Amino acid sequence: MLEINNLNAGIEDKEILRGIDLKVNAGEVHAIMGPNGSGKSTLSSVIAGKEEYEVSGGDILFEGESILEMDADERAHKGVFLSFQYPVEIPGVSVTNFIKTAINQTRKAKGLEDMPASEMLKKIREKSELLEIDRKFLSRSLNEGFSGGEKKRNEIFQMAMLEPKLAILDETDSGLDIDALRIVSNGVNKLRSSDNAVIVITHYQRLLEYIVPDFVHVLVNGKIVKSGGKELALELEEKGYDWVKAETAV
Amino acid sequence: MSLKDKLLSSYLTFQENQDFDNSIHDIKDAAIKIFEEKGFPTKKDENWKYTSLNSLVKGDFSLVGRNEDAIEFRDVKKYFLNDIDTYKIVFIDGKYSSYLSETTHDGVDVCLLSAALTKPKYKPVIDKYFDKIVKKDSLTSLNTAFAREGAYIYVPKGKTVSKPIQIVHFATGLESSLMLQPRNLVVVEENAEVQIIERHQSLNSNAVFTNSVTEIYAADHARVDYYKIQNDKEAASLIDNTHIDQQTSSEVAVHTFSFGGKLTRNNLNFYQNGEHNNSILKGVTIIEDKQHVDHNTLVHHKQPNCESHQDYKGIFDDRATGVFNGKVVVDSVAQKINAYQSNNNILVSDKASINSKPQLEIFADDVRCSHGCTIGQLDEDALFYMKTRGIGEKEGRALLMYAFANNVLESVKIPQLKSRITKLIANKLGVNLGFEV
Ligand SMILES: Nc1ncnc2c1ncn2[C@@H]1O[C@H](COP(=O)(O)OP(=O)(O)OP(=O)(O)O)[C@@H](O)[C@H]1O
Ligand SMILES: [Mg+2]
Repeated sequence: MLEINNLNAGIEDKEILRGIDLKVNAGEVHAIMGPNGSGKSTLSSVIAGKEEYEVSGGDILFEGESILEMDADERAHKGVFLSFQYPVEIPGVSVTNFIKTAINQTRKAKGLEDMPASEMLKKIREKSELLEIDRKFLSRSLNEGFSGGEKKRNEIFQMAMLEPKLAILDETDSGLDIDALRIVSNGVNKLRSSDNAVIVITHYQRLLEYIVPDFVHVLVNGKIVKSGGKELALELEEKGYDWVKAETAV
Repeated sequence: MSLKDKLLSSYLTFQENQDFDNSIHDIKDAAIKIFEEKGFPTKKDENWKYTSLNSLVKGDFSLVGRNEDAIEFRDVKKYFLNDIDTYKIVFIDGKYSSYLSETTHDGVDVCLLSAALTKPKYKPVIDKYFDKIVKKDSLTSLNTAFAREGAYIYVPKGKTVSKPIQIVHFATGLESSLMLQPRNLVVVEENAEVQIIERHQSLNSNAVFTNSVTEIYAADHARVDYYKIQNDKEAASLIDNTHIDQQTSSEVAVHTFSFGGKLTRNNLNFYQNGEHNNSILKGVTIIEDKQHVDHNTLVHHKQPNCESHQDYKGIFDDRATGVFNGKVVVDSVAQKINAYQSNNNILVSDKASINSKPQLEIFADDVRCSHGCTIGQLDEDALFYMKTRGIGEKEGRALLMYAFANNVLESVKIPQLKSRITKLIANKLGVNLGFEV
C-alpha cells in the first residue's frame, strides 16, 4: 500500500529526514516511536503532502503510484488520512459542516454526487456514537476551544467518517484520558480490515496495547534505526532510547 | 458645470414644484446653504482621506429620473427576499412604484415620505423628527435640501410590525447617469419593534450615484433591526448616511453587507440619548476588482450604563480597497459604558488594501472600551489541515473566508435573510460550501 524509498526531506537548509525506508502493506499496523524532534511528525506531514517541506531525494509510492507531485487534497482523495498531533482550529465552521464538506469534496473528486442528507445524518450518528461524542459537540466550531483530548477524539471521528485506506495517527494518544484512550482505540480498530493500514506514532506503549502493531520502528535523527515486532515497544519503554542510539551509532 | 453648481442651480426649480408647507421649505433652505458653503467633501477632509468623490463630482448626472414604471416584477424578483412575507416600499429611479410595493396603514404606517411631508395628518411626526436626528454635514444637508421621496415608517407605542419591511431602490439605467437622493424616516415608539431590509440596485451598467439619508428614532425600549444589502453593479456608487437617535433601554442593530458597487461609503451615526442603550454595528465586506468600501462609524455615548458592539469584517481581493474608521465618543457623564469595536480583514491579493483606524475619545473614567484591528492572510496551516480531509485549495479558502465572516451573520435575526446572505457569500467566493445553513 505505502512504500517509502530512501526519502530525504527538510525545510530550507535544515535536513530532517535522512533516508527513510518503510513498507506498509494492507491489513498491517505499524508503530513509529522515537525521541522528540526525531522527525516523526515531519514524516507524516510529508506523506500527507505538506508543501512546506522539500523532498530532496527518494520517493513515496501509494498503491504503486508516486504521490510526491500530488496536492494534499488529491492524496486525501486517494485514501491517505493524517490525524494531526496538533489539530488546527477553524472558528466559524461546525464539526458537522466541516465533515460534510470533506466527504462531499472527496466524493466530487471521484465523480460522485453529494452524499444524500439522510445517509450523511445516519453516518454521523453512527460514528459519533462509536466515539461517544455528544451531539451538541458536533455543532461547535471545529477544534475551537476543544480540550486536547476532545481534539484527538474529533480527529478519529473524522477518520471514521472518511474511511481512509491509510491512516497516520500522530500522537493521537497524547491528551487522552484512560477511558478516552480505550474509546478512541476501539474506533480505530473498528476501521481496521485487510484492505487498509494504520501507522501510529506514539511515545507510549499503552496505546499499543489497544492498537496492536505488527511492526514497530524506531526513528532517530531522521532515520529508522531499528525495526521489530510489538515487543520492541516494550523494550523501549523499559530502557529508553539510549541503547538503540548506542547500538546503531557507528 | 460641476455637479455642485448643477445641484445649486436646480434647487429653486425643485422647490417651486413641491407643495411642502413652510416649515419644510425652511429646513430645506437652511440645508442647501450648508451644502453651498461646505460643498462635497474632499480628501483634505480628515474623514475623507481615503475616499475620493472626485470621479463622481465631475460626472454629468441627471437629477431626475424618467417617470416610467419600466420594470416587471419577474425581472427584479431576485432582488427581493421572497420566501417570507414582507412589506415592500419600492422605488424606480427615485419614483415610487405602487405596482411593486406593498404598504400598510393598519396599526403602523409603512408608506411614503412624500405623503408624510405633504399630508397634514403626518405633520406632528414630521415636525418632531424630520431632520432632527441628523448631523448637519454637507452630504446629509444636500439630501435634506432635495429630499422628497423615500420610506416613511411609523410604529406606534407597543406595536411590533408583523413582518419585515423591504425598502428597495432600483435604477433602470434609462438615464446614462443618474443621481438619486432617497430619504427614509423611521420612528419607532416606546416598546415598539421593527425589522427593515434596505437595498439599492441598478439594473444595468449605467452610472448611478446615490446619496441616501436614513433617520431612525428609537424611543424607550424600542427595538430596531436594520439590514443593508449593498451588492450593486460596477458603475453604482452609494453614500449612505444613517443617523440613529436612541432613547432609554432601546436596542438598535445595523448590519451592513457590502459585496459590490463602485464606491460605497457608509456614514453610520449612533447617538445614545438614554440610559441602558445597546447599539450594534456589524458589517461584512467582500469586494474585488477596483471596488471601494468605506465604513465610517460613530457611536456617541451621551448617557451612562450603555453598550455598543461593533464588529466589521472585510475580505479584499484584486485591487479592492477598504476603509474602516470607527469613532467612539464617551461623554464625561456617560459612566459605566461598555464599548467594543473590532475590525478584522483578510487581504486575498497583495494589491488589495485596507486602512483601519479606531478613534476613541473618552471623557468618562469608569468605562470599558476595547478595540482591535487585524489585517492578515488566510491561515496556511488551516488550509493544509483541510486538504488532508479532502477539501481542495479553492473550497478551503472559501470555507475559511465564509467562517471568517460567519460570526457576523450569527446576529442576523431573519433566518431567510441569513441563508440568503450566506448564499451570496458562497456565490461571491465561487463555491458550493457543501452544506446548507
Ligand atoms: N516547519 C519547520 N520549521 C523548522 N524546523 C522544523 C519544522 N518542522 C520540523 N522542524 C524541525 O525538525 C525536527 C523534527 O520535528 P518533528 O516535529 O518531525 O519531530 P517529532 O519526531 O514529531 O517530535 P515530537 O515527538 O516532539 O512530536 C525538529 O528539530 C523540528 O524543530
Ligand atoms: Mg511530532
